[in-house]
Amino acid sequence: MKRRESGKNVLNQYPADSGVEKAFKAIGIISLILPVSLLLILIIDTTADGIPRLNWSFLTSFPSRFPEKAGILSALVGSVYLIGLTAFIAIPLGIGAAIYLEEYARKNRITSLIEINISNLAGVPSIIYGLLGLGLFVRIMSLGRSLIAGALTLSLLLLPMIIMAARESLKTIPQELREAAYALGADKWMTIRKVVLPLGLPGILTGIILSLSRAIGETAPLITIGALTYIAFLPESLTSPFTTLPIQIFNWISRPQKEFHVNAAAGILVLLIIMLLMNALAIWLRIRLQKRNV
Amino acid sequence: MRNPAGKREPGSQADLRLPRSFVERGIGSVLLVCAAVSVVVTIGIILTLLKETIGFFQRVSFKEFFFDTQWTPLFSNKHFGIWPLIAGTALTSFFAMLTAIPLGLMSAVYLSEYAPERIRKALKPSLEVLAGIPTVVYGYFALTFVTPLLQKVIPGLAGFNAISPGIVMGIMITPIVASLSEDAIYSVPLSLREAALALGGSRLRTTFRVVIPTAFSGIVASFILGMSRAIGETMIVTIAAGQQPRFTLDPRVPIETMTAYIVQVSLGDTPHGTIEYSTIFAVGMLLFLITLVFNLIAHFMKKRFLRGVL
Amino acid sequence: MNKNMEEHYRSPREFDFSGIKPEEAIITTDNVQAWFHKTIALKGISLPIARGKVTAIIGPSGCGKSTFIRTLNRMHEVVPGAGLRGRVLFEGQDIYSPEVNPIVVRKKIGMVFQKPNPFPMMSIRQNVASGFLLQGIRSDHLDEKVEYYLRQAALWDEVKDDLGKPGSSLSGGQQQRLCIARALAIEPSVLLMDEPCSALDPIATARIEDLIHSLRGRYTIVIVTHNMQQAARVADYTAFFYLGEVIEYNRTDTLFKNPANKQTEDYITGRFG
Ligand SMILES: Nc1ncnc2c1ncn2[C@@H]1O[C@H](COP(=O)(O)OP(=O)(O)OP(=O)(O)O)[C@@H](O)[C@H]1O
Ligand SMILES: [Mg+2]
Repeated sequence: MKRRESGKNVLNQYPADSGVEKAFKAIGIISLILPVSLLLILIIDTTADGIPRLNWSFLTSFPSRFPEKAGILSALVGSVYLIGLTAFIAIPLGIGAAIYLEEYARKNRITSLIEINISNLAGVPSIIYGLLGLGLFVRIMSLGRSLIAGALTLSLLLLPMIIMAARESLKTIPQELREAAYALGADKWMTIRKVVLPLGLPGILTGIILSLSRAIGETAPLITIGALTYIAFLPESLTSPFTTLPIQIFNWISRPQKEFHVNAAAGILVLLIIMLLMNALAIWLRIRLQKRNV
Repeated sequence: MRNPAGKREPGSQADLRLPRSFVERGIGSVLLVCAAVSVVVTIGIILTLLKETIGFFQRVSFKEFFFDTQWTPLFSNKHFGIWPLIAGTALTSFFAMLTAIPLGLMSAVYLSEYAPERIRKALKPSLEVLAGIPTVVYGYFALTFVTPLLQKVIPGLAGFNAISPGIVMGIMITPIVASLSEDAIYSVPLSLREAALALGGSRLRTTFRVVIPTAFSGIVASFILGMSRAIGETMIVTIAAGQQPRFTLDPRVPIETMTAYIVQVSLGDTPHGTIEYSTIFAVGMLLFLITLVFNLIAHFMKKRFLRGVL
Repeated sequence: MNKNMEEHYRSPREFDFSGIKPEEAIITTDNVQAWFHKTIALKGISLPIARGKVTAIIGPSGCGKSTFIRTLNRMHEVVPGAGLRGRVLFEGQDIYSPEVNPIVVRKKIGMVFQKPNPFPMMSIRQNVASGFLLQGIRSDHLDEKVEYYLRQAALWDEVKDDLGKPGSSLSGGQQQRLCIARALAIEPSVLLMDEPCSALDPIATARIEDLIHSLRGRYTIVIVTHNMQQAARVADYTAFFYLGEVIEYNRTDTLFKNPANKQTEDYITGRFG
């Protein structure tokens, strides 16, 4: 069986980087670039469509039957109120749950039930949360198609996301720091408040801001609970009817007239700019707070 | 300054028996309640859906729901066959996966096996930006950009169809598939790659004969999760696929998905208590169950993969 | 780094007492220097490896044993940040010259790793045949070949009834012999083994040592070991490495009975760090 090759060139039988391999690398790079470049096209296309319409009166007008007079005031204000309210409900719940699971929970059935449940909830389609909101908040709790019903619905939707982000952040804090605090006589809650939370804060805040920026774009569950698509006043109380920016955009997209599509594009630009700002804020916060900690 | 512990004699027995503070005792239960909210949400979802679904099936037979091929609850001649909505969902999801699987898997393999570590670290999060774009925006893109573009290539493509929203949905899902498959591929132990290389395998063969087969169940889990996303995605298909429940496998014509139907009814003024109102819960229940099954399968495949690798 | 390296060059006459003639060597390394980023792991190794013989590499942890044998089949470059200078002549040809394909080098110079690493998604049979699969070779008489190499690796009798079982279902020692069968199946002339017994119990270790004895002559074997008795039992030649250098290279019996160097003596008598 064994031949004894000797002399030169026994080792170079074919080229080092075969053509197939090169082609495959190229395919990999294309697969990465293609979706991102489509995103760029999307942004350029929308900007081209929407920028002529993007002016001060667009931001400060109520919707209208006439596309050139219509604006996003009520939608923008509605979105801001809704997100504020959602943050107010979801953040304490989410952080509380994360602290419980990371710092207090023993490894038992109940804990693993809660954990499996949270990861399953994260996979439930958002429109199902809309049905929950419709059945529970709008009907059973008789909150109607109101701001508070919307905020409660969105809070439940965000909860798994916030919990998971917060837990990730808490996991990265070294156990020795907790033990150091205990060794100094701090009790558990003191340790969490003075050591664990401050250190975990950058990660937690980043996760929260990112999930809130997701929530700003949510449409389907809010339509399901009955957020209105045409509203010419600003919400005055928690039980006022409301609309939001993505719903207004959806409304304009669904109209057959092309002029409304221009409004939709302008609305999308506003939405994307808000999300961009929120993401930038998240990154800035993380960098700043991390510096302070180190 | 007074020593806060100064009231007690250091070293006395009382020191050790000091009761835990009020806050310390209460806070654990408060936090437990926060964590339990998530369980309540699940129960709430199930009960809400169940309540109206039971109401629905008191008026519509299982047989009609699962064997009729027409879905016309909003017309006077009412039919409640779910198949047109399932066909619509299947079509759009099919095109989504046709886009997301190759793009996602190839990006994942490239990122994990070929890209320098620096590029890998920079690119992975930037892919995730794609998943953060609001779905109405994708819907607008599908309707006003992709559909007209495809109409130039595909004869007979209607203004509303399954292909365009399917592809756009695929783009949206690609980062999910890419990121999860990349995790699976990356976690294949280095020692297996080295063994394959030492056996004279090229990088490409090592990737396809050893790395991908080893990560297989993790990769499939990412596909299934992506699929579950596609099935539950709402706005893109509502905007660009149409609202005409149709039992067809022709992707060029307007159809309606389960999610789009729920939106369609929610937009109208359907009074509480009517059969139309309860249809959206029945459809929602089916949607919930399908995505739940997909998510559970993905969960177990991922677990199996981790057990196999570690 | 370069300057320091040059100063480090030592003539083989200072440490190589093996008496291996150039025509007896299948591999000859010539001043091989290797590093990871800024860490220097090998400071200029010049060794001949005798054809058909068993060569043991011994030395304290971190002295560069693994790095050295990985330079012999171009596995060193797989590690990110790894760099290398010098020449490794295999049958007279420098395996690091630009026209050489590392894949072909690895086909000729097989490797067995410290931790048994059978492919978990492949059966025992497929593991033995994995080299063909990875090289894209269609092979006929596959079953006969699988049996032949499993016999070579002294594993056939234990697994002949469950060739379809996953490779990872075997015991650690069996897994390691499976890895040896897998490496033999690509018909290398040289087999590199990096502490092949360190994850095994004494009985499994004895079986692998028997196996090495039975392969001697047909294959050239280079084995890294921490176990000096093992080196004494299996090897014809032994090299003692310390801090990235060869301190002494000689016939095994001479090196153990009559070391030329004080450091070698300290190490083999256990008086060493
Ligand atoms: N992947 C790596 N990255 C950076 N440095 C490395 C790497 N692998 C090895 N080294 C360094 O190179 C030197 C030689 O390591 P090597 O693994 O060859 O030692 P060894 O003799 O095989 O040790 P052991 O007996 O513990 O296996 C050591 O100083 C080690 O720290
Ligand atoms: Mg080693």
